[in-house]
Amino acid sequence: MAHMEPVNNKPAVSQFLQQAVLIKQGAEARVYRGRFLGKSAIIKERFQKLYRHPALDEKLTRRRTAQEVRSILRCRKAGIDAPVIYFVDYTTNCIFLEEIIDSVTVREHIASAQASGQSVEALYGLADTIGKILAKMHDEDVVHGDLTTSNILLVKGKEGRDGKLVLIDFGLSYISALPEDKGVDMYVLEKAFLSTHPNTEALFERLLKSYTASSKKAPAVIKKLDEVRLRGRKRSMVG
Amino acid sequence: MTVVIGFEGSANKIGIGIVRDGEVLSNPRRTYITPPGQGFLPSETAKHHRGAILTVLREALDEAGLKPADIDCVAFTKGPGMGAPLVTVALVARTVAQLWGKPLVGVNHCIGHIEMGRLITGANNPTVLYVSGGNTQVIAYSERRYRIFGETIDIAVGNCLDRFARVIKISNDPSPGYNIEQMFIGMLYIYYDAAHKMLSSGQCTAEDLCFSLQETVFSMLVEITERAMAHCGSQEVLIVGGVGCNLRLQEMMGVMCEERGARLFATDERFCIDNGAMIAQAGWEMFRVGQTTELSDSWITQRYRTSPHSAVKNVHWPDQEHLPGDGCVCVNNQEGT
Repeated sequence: MAHMEPVNNKPAVSQFLQQAVLIKQGAEARVYRGRFLGKSAIIKERFQKLYRHPALDEKLTRRRTAQEVRSILRCRKAGIDAPVIYFVDYTTNCIFLEEIIDSVTVREHIASAQASGQSVEALYGLADTIGKILAKMHDEDVVHGDLTTSNILLVKGKEGRDGKLVLIDFGLSYISALPEDKGVDMYVLEKAFLSTHPNTEALFERLLKSYTASSKKAPAVIKKLDEVRLRGRKRSMVG
Repeated sequence: MTVVIGFEGSANKIGIGIVRDGEVLSNPRRTYITPPGQGFLPSETAKHHRGAILTVLREALDEAGLKPADIDCVAFTKGPGMGAPLVTVALVARTVAQLWGKPLVGVNHCIGHIEMGRLITGANNPTVLYVSGGNTQVIAYSERRYRIFGETIDIAVGNCLDRFARVIKISNDPSPGYNIEQMFIGMLYIYYDAAHKMLSSGQCTAEDLCFSLQETVFSMLVEITERAMAHCGSQEVLIVGGVGCNLRLQEMMGVMCEERGARLFATDERFCIDNGAMIAQAGWEMFRVGQTTELSDSWITQRYRTSPHSAVKNVHWPDQEHLPGDGCVCVNNQEGT
């Protein structure tokens, strides 16, 4: 990439993005693909939200960017697979990260396995691994905040066997030791799992078993998960 | 022609409305308002409703120009809500149903909000933000039932606003939330202790706190709605429930919709706030597919969930034609309001 000077007071990153390819616009950020320092990179740009008060918006956006980066780094240091962070620009709230190529989301993987008529048992190995990884993440006191099967990537391994699992999209993550927060993290995954993949209760149970077996702190988290599950139903709904 | 009368009294509003094939014929209501600093308690609320309900019933019939014989079905709020007020209203509904010889339909209060919202605004397949004193949920219709895609796991946003209003002694007339909305200009802290300290030290005014609370809480609601829309691929938003009256919330949601090219639907206070016609409308939907409630099943329940058991069965939401009626506010992607 040629050396770029800011032109007309526009940050260099914004100019860079104009040349990158927009691959997705989510509720919170735009995701681009581009080349950075000779590598294929994903750029996540948190844009301004006009409906929010500017002071609130600036504070939230910056905090979310920082939290995301911190959580990813913390996971990587603990040996959990997450994209490498290349660069962070706080003026535009952009994160440049490694693009995970040759991968599918776990969501796609489960959907195609079910579509091709495979039994749920065939996915048990996957459930075991996910449970283990999440246990490790929670042991590091990282709460992902947006655990869904779309946010876990399965990289194609050698000879068509399953490769490693990579966690992505830490946009709502934060650091917390509280079992309550980790319990809610698992609750979100459970809800997302069961609503996206019908008839997979056994698979999720297997995931939870693996999670419990992989962490000493797990029982407290599962206890909170049970409590939170009941909360929606038992809450008094007046008015 | 199907005429349904609906009885609603799950919180501090007692309302009775009559709907005939999508037309609201009458919708009178009374609100139990407590002094500033006090919330409303179940037994006192039930007492208020008992005192008003027969008058309101008379008004509903008179305004619609109908007699009991003209009614086809009696709908009432089965839940969720406060026990004592729910019982009071259910009792009257059961009694008139038997007196008049009409079938009963027990309605889910939340579904009532949604069905009235759809009727009044003509929204086709919206992501629904249901925000009131007792509920904060994001709901979408999928595979023949309403599904909760997100909800609060502690307190409802309206409850949050009401409790805050009590802390700083804002009037409950016409509602605490309305009075919070009237006060503004902003800053950022909301905790009770901080509020008292700052107010007494003059660091900020009550208006500042109200503004900040609104801005922060409403940003959360809009963000969550946007995420749900992105997840479901929806291009319509419908806000229902008492907190939906708030113009700032509507404005913020409107800005978010405009940025995504989506449409916002909202109703005014006649239909945002609990009312009888919304129960009648949901009851109408249920009645015409043959769903009624036996007397033995007409008990009330404080914890009636929006899904899966309380859905209006077999209603093909996207197929129905609803024309926007009076009281509809369509914001963005439209000229004018």
